[in-house]
Amino acid sequence: MQNMLTLISNVFRLGNASKNVGAQAVSELLIGLSKYVDLTAPPAPATPRQPPLPPGTRMVVSARSFADFTPQASFPIKKCDLHRLEEGPSDEALLTREQGLQYYRTMQTVRRMELKADQLYKQKIIRGFCHLYDGQEACAMGIEAGINPTDHLITAYRAHGYTFTRGVAVREILAELTGRRGGVAKGKGGSMHMYAKNFYGGNGIVGAQVPLGAGVALACQYQGNNQVCVTLYGDGAANQGQIFESFNMAALWKLPCIFICENNKFGMGTSVERSSASTDYYKRGDYIPGLKVDGMDVLCVREAIRFAADYCRAGKGPIVMELETYRYHGHSMSDPGVSYRTREEIQEVRTKNDPISMLKERMLSNNMSSVEELKEIDLEIRKVIEDAAQYAISDPEPSLDELCNHIYARDPPMEVRGTNPWVKLKSVS
Amino acid sequence: MASLRSFLRSGKNAVSVVLRREFSETSPAAVQVNVRDALNQAMDEELERDERVFLLGEEVAQYDGAYKVSRGLWKKYGDKRIIDTPITEMGFAGIAVGAAFAGLRPICEFMTWNFSMQAIDQVINSAAKTYYMSAGFQTVPIVFRGPNGSSAGVAAQHSQCFAAWYGHCPGLKVVSPWNSEDARGLLKAAIRDDNPVVFLENEMMYGVPFELSEEMMHKDFVIPIGKAKVERQGTHITLVSHSRCVGFCLDAAAVLAKEGVECEVVNLRTIRPLDVDTIEASVMKTGNLVTVEGGWPQYGVGAEICARIMEGPAFNYLDAPAVRVTGVDIPMPYAKILEDHSVPQIKDIIFSVKKVLNM
Repeated sequence: MQNMLTLISNVFRLGNASKNVGAQAVSELLIGLSKYVDLTAPPAPATPRQPPLPPGTRMVVSARSFADFTPQASFPIKKCDLHRLEEGPSDEALLTREQGLQYYRTMQTVRRMELKADQLYKQKIIRGFCHLYDGQEACAMGIEAGINPTDHLITAYRAHGYTFTRGVAVREILAELTGRRGGVAKGKGGSMHMYAKNFYGGNGIVGAQVPLGAGVALACQYQGNNQVCVTLYGDGAANQGQIFESFNMAALWKLPCIFICENNKFGMGTSVERSSASTDYYKRGDYIPGLKVDGMDVLCVREAIRFAADYCRAGKGPIVMELETYRYHGHSMSDPGVSYRTREEIQEVRTKNDPISMLKERMLSNNMSSVEELKEIDLEIRKVIEDAAQYAISDPEPSLDELCNHIYARDPPMEVRGTNPWVKLKSVS
Repeated sequence: MASLRSFLRSGKNAVSVVLRREFSETSPAAVQVNVRDALNQAMDEELERDERVFLLGEEVAQYDGAYKVSRGLWKKYGDKRIIDTPITEMGFAGIAVGAAFAGLRPICEFMTWNFSMQAIDQVINSAAKTYYMSAGFQTVPIVFRGPNGSSAGVAAQHSQCFAAWYGHCPGLKVVSPWNSEDARGLLKAAIRDDNPVVFLENEMMYGVPFELSEEMMHKDFVIPIGKAKVERQGTHITLVSHSRCVGFCLDAAAVLAKEGVECEVVNLRTIRPLDVDTIEASVMKTGNLVTVEGGWPQYGVGAEICARIMEGPAFNYLDAPAVRVTGVDIPMPYAKILEDHSVPQIKDIIFSVKKVLNM
């Protein structure tokens, strides 16, 4: 009964977000209910009633055994708006318990990591630029879930989430933000310049990462390795000329490039209506097919990226995706984020559309996990973040010997002029 | 005529070549190769040697290159490795850098370096700085090449010299060949280098032939980036130059020699990293310095050389202040008489030398 009510409320939530409320919502509801009835797993057995405990006894939460949980479930997901495509991704997604827990863990880690970065920034332990990703976790997680580790990814400066999903440990990310030698770039890159295998940052110049991503895709095509490159940019960058130059060459040469616009409604303080003559970012590729995806739903993102990756791997050329998402923080730590939007709007997204809550509700209402299990995961994550923060605070800053290193690769050591002619510094590769 | 000129220029070297000719047992395999063909052969050999190397740019493939530098390469290597791009510098330079990130070794041609300004963000922020920002994780083995500096009658927007602009930036290597030996050896070195290299050619030099020895024609002949070459030994004054102006310095030196002034001519070959040691050694020997370049004087290559000499041991050996011979500080005019007076001429070099030497 509870589950059916959740299903119905889910559908209405979906219905509110899409344009055709009436017919679509009803048909989805019918499909959803019929799907529910078809579940293969037996319902969870009723827990036996415990005798009352004497007062003052410490409560032990009895762990449910894994056999109690539903191993997998199918969820209806929002249909994508299509541009120059006959058909789009599936409108339902299969989620296994393991996947659900993994997505939850990852998104929650990113959320907590970004909030910790916020805290450290306010304590002035992190300085300079810090562009936080909380609210957009489903994009990074959904994409990573739908591609292979051997695929490639490049994004702009709001990159901490992707740095994590692409394999860098939280402690190395936080230590990079605090500028310590244990940071992923040894403290020399900072927030916007973190790199990992098949992850090309972290790029500070708005839009510049898009031709770079198309170039990575060219390399994939050239090497014939069946890999794709996911190339991300924001709604603010979407009007950059070099993006259209990249579209042109990617389409001409059929590069395996998935162009993704993370539309969080604001380019710094400028809403999409004020920056873009056309806010249909998934159509801006013109001759390149596109899809518009609910970026707050990790399953929607995953199905869409799977679809897109298949498209590219089939040699059909590039594809454009628009992920509708939202950032809770302002543009960066120096932006309170409420001068160009209302607190009510932010709060509404938090309560009705939060990606982690959405996943949590799905899992709980389908008996794929329990409140206790998820709470335990939260505690584990908290510990990871705390340890990472501790590391990031206590790790020493880079040695001054590092100052001039990494100018040239694979070169003999050379001399670098210091601030005055008597200071001769050493540079090694 | 050109080979006679190069014979006269090379001073002592010419004599030794002749002597070698007399005594060598086999006939020398020295050939006349113009700068364009030297570049072409260098690219051809590097394309063959390493399948990760590819060339992209406007008109490089089916047109055989706007200046025919890539003639024949598309026919030999095909669409995959010789790629014609649309006229979108920012886009294709970024694509080239991204390809370098992902393991290829692109040669990105700018039809002239003037057009690189459209893409300069990709050259500096995406290519030059990345190895440093990533603390050595991400290499960028890319060569950007094309004709630089003044040409003939192409007017202001097509005549700028970018040696100083790119030479300013750490993380880049900036190379400026003069003759065919430079072009061949430095381009091969640039392609084999794992760092972003800005390769500044000169359109007026493309058609000029120079002699290349058998050793220079070897497919593994490379010239080290970051080493200047003393083209002509001298005792009274050091002339430091790069690219086409090296030729003018040698011509000026030939004229001055008749008046008893022996100029030492240093061909920089590389703008960054600058070979200060060679320049200092020369200045400490001659006691006088004139730098010669085609670019504008303010904040230019000559300015940097003079500053370095001031800051180093060679200052104490200077008998007179070092001076610069440069292009005139104006946008390049079109009319021939105006253009001719906008760039350093041999008489300007001779005049400056005599001024420095108080003749």
